[in-house]
Amino acid sequence: MIRDTGIGSKLWRFAIWAVVVLFVLNLIGVIAAVVVDSLATRWLGTWLPAGWTTRWYFQAWREFQLTPVLIVTFEIVFTVVVISGLVGVTSAYALARRDFPGKRLIILIFLLPLLVPPLTYGIPMATLLYQAGVGGRFWGVVLANLVPAIPFVILVMIPFIEQIDPRIEQAARVFGASTTSVFIRILMPLLLPGMLAALLLVLVRTLAMFELTFLTAGPTSQTLVVSLYYAVFASGVRAAQSIDAMAVVYMITTLVWLVLALQFVNPTQIVARAKQQAPQ
Amino acid sequence: MAVVAAGGLPRPSLRKRLAARGIDGTTLLVLPGVILTLVLFIYPCIYGVVDSLSPAKGPWYANYKIFFTDPFQYKTIAATLWLSIPVTIINVVVAIPIAFRVRLMRRQRLLTTILVLPITLGTVLVADGLLNFLGPRGWFNKTLMLFDLIEHPIRLTNNYWGVFASLVITGFPFAFLLTLSYVSGIDPAIEQAAATLGAKARQRFFKVFLPLLVPGLAITFCLAFVQAFSVFPSAVLLGAPSGPTRVIAIAAYQAAFEQYNHSLGAAIAIIMGLAQLLVVVVILGLRSLFYRGPAGGTKG
Repeated sequence: MIRDTGIGSKLWRFAIWAVVVLFVLNLIGVIAAVVVDSLATRWLGTWLPAGWTTRWYFQAWREFQLTPVLIVTFEIVFTVVVISGLVGVTSAYALARRDFPGKRLIILIFLLPLLVPPLTYGIPMATLLYQAGVGGRFWGVVLANLVPAIPFVILVMIPFIEQIDPRIEQAARVFGASTTSVFIRILMPLLLPGMLAALLLVLVRTLAMFELTFLTAGPTSQTLVVSLYYAVFASGVRAAQSIDAMAVVYMITTLVWLVLALQFVNPTQIVARAKQQAPQ
Repeated sequence: MAVVAAGGLPRPSLRKRLAARGIDGTTLLVLPGVILTLVLFIYPCIYGVVDSLSPAKGPWYANYKIFFTDPFQYKTIAATLWLSIPVTIINVVVAIPIAFRVRLMRRQRLLTTILVLPITLGTVLVADGLLNFLGPRGWFNKTLMLFDLIEHPIRLTNNYWGVFASLVITGFPFAFLLTLSYVSGIDPAIEQAAATLGAKARQRFFKVFLPLLVPGLAITFCLAFVQAFSVFPSAVLLGAPSGPTRVIAIAAYQAAFEQYNHSLGAAIAIIMGLAQLLVVVVILGLRSLFYRGPAGGTKG
């Protein structure tokens, strides 16, 4: 590490850390404002509310019917995780192990849904799903959410599978293991950490996926984040604290899984995915 | 009679010939993923193009004519660019020096974990939080008044600056984490070599690091821009969705799901995609003017 000790570079360092601290303070302020307001009896123009209460949570739970919303949310999210896990891991295995003509094209097809923002392709996709009769229903939301989820699993899993020595599988075959038992007894245990990371990240991303769910969900297939959007959109109808209580519920459901996912991955990987492979 | 090749050996079976090119049972495992992506992503994209070119009435280009002749519609492009370009430039430019500093930190994990929060929580929650935080009685205005920077609360929600703030809160961590991953990929030995040869910090940055970083920065800029350009929930919740922050995503949504004109909605979505593509092509074109090559210091 190289340190410059001049006054200019000290000032520069100070300025950089000041920007970081300011940003983090504002970020914490934004999140804390939601949490504090959800626990406030009345909060008008003071630094902290006049009193504390938890009743908004009970009220929000009733007003926004959070029990059915949460059930639907987790049904949708877990269906997406299971399907994208099954499809994604098998595709990633083929892409990691074989070189075949057209492989680059296939990888491009998988990259596109992650690079194109959901609203750009979501509108024609939602139109099609409505024409097919699944729009506004459970399966419409699941299908829409599979579009970014499957490529995400594939791109996270490819480097994971590549680093497993294919000779391990060959050795198992030499000793007479069938394809099924190679898969269950050799590959699965080796892939488990990677799969857990990929699937937890898909879970978090699907929980927080607003655009695609918003475009395809009907009244009975809304996930929590879409309900939250409608609540904030119609703010003034309900107490602000009640909406913020719902926001805290959403925050907790998402963060629990994020904390779990961070046991397996570095935060940088959530954004940068597997592009930065250290050279072997 | 079987066809016998010139060498006298029988021609290998189709299965063996395919396997030699890398196509066998294992390769077929890729099919479910490919088929699902083709059906759920590629087909809707093609359908969107066709749909946008077959309006309910008028010639094939009618939807595009509607968009580009109605100021209420075509002004959304300028409104979106006016939001997304400044935000992206700020996010990426500020991310660079910070990433260079954080790269030297030993315990980055706490900072990166905090920064990943707004990305995971998403724009809806950030919008809800900012409505409180930036509101006239929120902590932000109160703090500015405490330090006597302003006399009266300034209006920061339900206008341009609300959306701007939400794009910074979610976009800056994204740009920063991507830049950090690129910066960490540069071999520190290169910097040490430059320093040994007497290069000052400024020279090391502009002559050594920046050229190596340009490809990564171009990609960061493109991804950050594309996200900012398709801003939707925060433009509705925090902005003035019928005025200055009526972004193109709102126009597309309203056409498709409020006026039930899916053909026009698809057309606007395609215009949105093309506008993004145009900026991405320009950025990647600029990038190709710079150095490309390895960022590692040792032999491959």
